[in-house]
Amino acid sequence: MSLVEEYADVVVVGAGHAGCEAALACARMGMQTVIFTVSVDSIALMPCNPNIGGSSKGHLVREVDALGGEMGKNIDKTFIQSKMLNRSKGPAVHSLRAQADKSDYTRSMRQVLEHTENLRIKQLEVTDLLVEEGRLVGVKTYSGSVFHCKAAILCAGTYSKARCIYGDISMYTGPNGLAAANHLTDSMRALGIELRRFKTGTPARIAGPSIDYTKMEEQKGDERVVPFSFTTDPESVQKEQVSCWLTYTNETTHEIIRKNIDRSPLFSGKIEGTGPRYCPSIEDKVVKFADKDRHQVFIEPEGIHTNEMYISGMSSSLPEDVQIAMYRSVPGLEHAEIVKNAYAIEYDCIDARQLKLSLEFKAISGLYSAGQFNGSSGYEEAAAQGLIAGINAARQIQGKEPLILDRSEAYIGVLIDDLVTKENTEPYRMMTSRAEYRLLLRQDNADLRLTEKGHEIGLIDDERYKKLLRKKELIQEEIARVEHTFVSDSPLVQSFLNRHGSTELKSSICLGELIRRPELSYELLSEIDAGRPILPEDVQDQVNISIKYKGYLERQMKQVEQFKKLEQKKIPESFDYNQISGLRLEAQQKLSKYRPVSIGQASRIAGVSPADISVLLVHLKSK
Amino acid sequence: MAADYINSGDTIAAISTAIGGSGIGIVRVSGPDALLVGDCVFVSPKGRKKISMQSSHTVHYGYIQDDGKMVDEVLVTVMRSPRSFTTEDTIEINCHGGIYATRRVLETVLRHGARLAEPGEFTRRAFLNGRIDLSQAESVADVIQAKNESALQSSLGQLRGSLGRKVSALREKILYQTAYIESALDDPEHYSLDGYSQKLRIEIEEIKSKVHRLILSADNGRVIKEGIQTVILGKPNAGKSSLLNVLAGEERAIVTDIAGTTRDTLEETVSLGGITLNIIDTAGIRDTEDCIEQIGVDRAKEKAESADLILYMVDSSTKMDENDEHILQILDGKKSIVLLNKTDLQPITNVDDVRHRIQDRFPVIEISAKEETGIDVLEATLKEMFYQGEISFDEEVIITSARQKTELIGAEESLNKVLQSIDLGMPEDFFTVDLMDAYTALGRIIGKDVGEDLVDEIFAQFCMGK
Repeated sequence: MSLVEEYADVVVVGAGHAGCEAALACARMGMQTVIFTVSVDSIALMPCNPNIGGSSKGHLVREVDALGGEMGKNIDKTFIQSKMLNRSKGPAVHSLRAQADKSDYTRSMRQVLEHTENLRIKQLEVTDLLVEEGRLVGVKTYSGSVFHCKAAILCAGTYSKARCIYGDISMYTGPNGLAAANHLTDSMRALGIELRRFKTGTPARIAGPSIDYTKMEEQKGDERVVPFSFTTDPESVQKEQVSCWLTYTNETTHEIIRKNIDRSPLFSGKIEGTGPRYCPSIEDKVVKFADKDRHQVFIEPEGIHTNEMYISGMSSSLPEDVQIAMYRSVPGLEHAEIVKNAYAIEYDCIDARQLKLSLEFKAISGLYSAGQFNGSSGYEEAAAQGLIAGINAARQIQGKEPLILDRSEAYIGVLIDDLVTKENTEPYRMMTSRAEYRLLLRQDNADLRLTEKGHEIGLIDDERYKKLLRKKELIQEEIARVEHTFVSDSPLVQSFLNRHGSTELKSSICLGELIRRPELSYELLSEIDAGRPILPEDVQDQVNISIKYKGYLERQMKQVEQFKKLEQKKIPESFDYNQISGLRLEAQQKLSKYRPVSIGQASRIAGVSPADISVLLVHLKSK
Repeated sequence: MAADYINSGDTIAAISTAIGGSGIGIVRVSGPDALLVGDCVFVSPKGRKKISMQSSHTVHYGYIQDDGKMVDEVLVTVMRSPRSFTTEDTIEINCHGGIYATRRVLETVLRHGARLAEPGEFTRRAFLNGRIDLSQAESVADVIQAKNESALQSSLGQLRGSLGRKVSALREKILYQTAYIESALDDPEHYSLDGYSQKLRIEIEEIKSKVHRLILSADNGRVIKEGIQTVILGKPNAGKSSLLNVLAGEERAIVTDIAGTTRDTLEETVSLGGITLNIIDTAGIRDTEDCIEQIGVDRAKEKAESADLILYMVDSSTKMDENDEHILQILDGKKSIVLLNKTDLQPITNVDDVRHRIQDRFPVIEISAKEETGIDVLEATLKEMFYQGEISFDEEVIITSARQKTELIGAEESLNKVLQSIDLGMPEDFFTVDLMDAYTALGRIIGKDVGEDLVDEIFAQFCMGK
């Protein structure tokens, strides 16, 4: 018999970036929500890099924000440096990245959670899932208390049976020395859920005063900061910024690593987990890219309330003495005082192919999973999944259809589809190259793509929704005006064109055509565009992009049309692949196991050939 | 990205007759634009007729033209939706100029708005459009799977040669460039794209010119192999070359009494009883230490593997030995006819010996290539096998080569778009969309999916991340 019994609509296990978004979404959608964490001090903790965003990850944050999530707002409140990456490239790959004050970030998110109605925070370890007849009915904690609930969302991150390792040292803790969660995955295994072991790592933190910055290149933030959240007033984020610093490893560093490589637990086999290729340890880099004579090292502040610096580019699991020698061989770090050693961390996570696109387990109704526990990596990927899992748990309780974003609607769609459809053998990171329709999925138009959905779900209030509708209108009107406004070959126009190195006109031409010239833009044309209305900056940006890249955007939209056709061909849940003649055995097995929802999803499963898809189409038709 | 094959709603074309036998080939075009495609390629004798103006189930005489050049003299049948096999608007072009012209007609049609049909696609459309009874779903599915498999095998067969290697090399180059750009976009503080456009331009020009050469070589020089792929196998001096000469009616192969004269393979297209055979004469099969001869032997085995029919020559004036055992292994699972040659000489091996050896798996015919006797029996046997469907043409060979050409042209177009984007001064991230299209098109030639190639290449070639 349990000592304590309580009731909730939704239980969220873990209060990292996934857990916070999941819990906030549920609570804001009116669900009585309880969020569990091993330590309230670790809410929205950033145990690795001290930044939010970056290439394609910035897109995710924007999308989370457009749907009514919290990450964007929170980083806008707590950033200490911000940069728009790839500014010189096309608009599709512009990406925001902000350095966070880690402790402010954590504190600020905790305050948001504490001030959210319907949300309770509990510092307890969830040890058991209570499942009856394939349906989740509650969770049990280490103290023996039972929380009955209609849905649970697992956001256990890297804490499950976690082990931190460097050299010969193994510590059975979660990241940053926090307690590991050693029971939950046993309970899951007993329920028939398949688990696996992944690995990742983090570099050392070094005391700021021991670093000689004069030997490094200063990396400043942007002069004009662009906020992450569409709701943040751009003026409110213009503030004093903190710099990062760039230095490099050298032959001495590499020599130290090579000499001690046999002492690395990665190479000695002490670590079995699969590590990510995109954030290799420095010893990985030195071995794999032996011809490179140096690697970049970015020195990034952990915050303004601490002098600890994050040594980006040099994560490692080498023994302590090697770490000291290795870091000190880098210019500017000769006298480095290590505050926290670098370590690798190994943890239990699930094979996300056991999940539906809604992030609910296929086999257990009401049980959802999100974040690093699904085999992804990164704060942003976690937040995005947390938000979707939260929304869908709440919608299930509301008796509504889940929110599923497809690959043509959002990076979130690409992320989740990849996770639940493809075989991932390492922690999954978002990359812009994974998004087939990235010209359409820009960070600048995330609100135009998703905020209506956020409103429908109930996470975006009417005021913000109305603003969005107005913005859409303004954009449409202005595009129509520009495409139908003609300028003649007047002296004013010709001299304007001359000045900008553009060919003179022979006859009149519409403004749209001029914007499409590489050397011109909507902004530049204001000089010869007498009838131009005064418009907000974001509207002007959209007008410029829509007109300038029209041809490319239209091509992608056509591809999306083709893509949608297959996504819309649904496969019934009860479909029996074994009854189908003409399907190859491998396809039959894969399809039976992973049960794709649509022909489109089926076509992305490794081992399913185009001919199998044809056969499937024929049989679906005959049903 | 989803392949085109699942789309319906576009217009498809293919050679829809079994190729070979007769001189007539039919190119079928089906889909909403079928009649418009007809307008683009068809010219009536007076030049006034438009296919799209014709009523259903009518036949029209005229020419197929491409760029003002006549391709073939044809009859075009018009079938309007829903009164066609697929229930879509359909035209069927009866070509008279033999297989080469049929192929040219197909290519012309593909250049004017149709795309090459995937294996089994007409059947699938007929089915999906309700033209075929639902109870036939399983057999439709089997047709699709079988056609795909044979298409795949056929293209793999052709790819053993240099085309596959060349295409793979081009793909590697494209992938590397794409991965470089993507790495720089993903990790801009690590990899710079300054001045990269111009380097890429040179690289792409080079790749494009290589693709273009492949397109040209698909047009010129290529011998269209129609008919039944037939391979003559046998020990040295069994009379293989003599048989080829008899069938071809001219001295093509060098015939001597010295065993091992034919060191390479010879090919000849002959007609026997109205059936077209594409005969390949091979080097005699025996254990040999002569390395040039060994190459010939290996090639013979390779040819036999992809053959529709094997003619196995046995010299009746000698004993069967372990070399024959060797050949019998190659025959396993193949349609074959055993020819007991040299019946003009004193027999040492007779028909019963042979039947015993081959366990009655294949017909045995006594011939004398020298006296030209027994050829009529061979002809009759061949006819029987053909009309009973035991042997058939490998029409996929032709279809595959048309498909390869279509993909090569697609790849060239994508590379052109990359060059245009460079010229327009577009940012680098716009290039990769078209680069990956080119990569995908080339991949379809060698039956390779894109999958996670790009992500894998990024991590393999470039040092990423924190």
